[in-house]
Amino acid sequence: MDKIPTIEELQAMAGRELYRVTSPPVSLSDIRKHAIAVYWPEKPPRRFWDEDYARKTSNAGVVAPEDFNPFAWPIEGPGRLPNGVDLPEMARTFNGGSEAEYFSPIRPGDAIMAVETMADAFMRTGRSGRLLICVSEVKWTNQRNEPVKNLRGTRVVVLPD
Amino acid sequence: MAELYFEDVSVGQEVPTFQRTTDLMYWNRFAAVNDEFVPVHMDDEFAKSRGEKGVLAMGHLSFAHLHNMLRDWIGDSGQIKRVACQYRGINYKDDTITSRGQVVKTYSEGEQNLVDLEIRVENQRGEIITPGTATVALPSRK
Repeated sequence: MDKIPTIEELQAMAGRELYRVTSPPVSLSDIRKHAIAVYWPEKPPRRFWDEDYARKTSNAGVVAPEDFNPFAWPIEGPGRLPNGVDLPEMARTFNGGSEAEYFSPIRPGDAIMAVETMADAFMRTGRSGRLLICVSEVKWTNQRNEPVKNLRGTRVVVLPD
Repeated sequence: MAELYFEDVSVGQEVPTFQRTTDLMYWNRFAAVNDEFVPVHMDDEFAKSRGEKGVLAMGHLSFAHLHNMLRDWIGDSGQIKRVACQYRGINYKDDTITSRGQVVKTYSEGEQNLVDLEIRVENQRGEIITPGTATVALPSRK
């Protein structure tokens, strides 16, 4: 995309599926690396990396931190979630917010499908000027079609003067 | 991990904080697990060209720290049910950011014992850069 979509174009996309993608199977090592990164420089909780310990917890095994991203390092995009609408590379954007609801935990071996839909788009004037705000919803399910996470992400686009 | 029970929680209770001082190496480690190799998080000159005073942290890192704070508090048997936050301020390089939370409601719904919280991330000047809310489910002693 070489131009920022108009508010009318974005609002017309409400309810439309933007994309769907399935992650490669999650490994114990993926979970361990994520936990190390977000707890650095302290050691992460054992529930995220020690199978013997985790087996004795209520989850009966290692589970991923709720904010774990199984879509990192895609062979081909999109990988980072929420992606929202396609925007020009030079558009000035920032992450406005995240809202996540959690269901089944992610375990080693799970493959997660994400389906993103456009939820809302509106304009606002803020400290940075005129803002175009895009809200998307992403539903994650596992290979048993169990709900894993519902994520509502807000992407803010600063419109040029 | 220490376990937290529903009966041990009351409205107004503060959650133990989760604090980190973050820099470019810290952000790179997070970028590697969240696929956030984005110029504004990596390249000072690029960030300045966008009107920032320098590179800035990913919003999702604050989101992760809020989860860590909740997980460290509730232990292995508690469940994080919902977390929401707004990225209103910026975590610049070398800022010390602290995640905080306070219980605002305790209630039972079906068989679940739930706790609602107001949560936030503050910088070293006490400015709230990421306000939010969360709900956790806790086991009961009964």
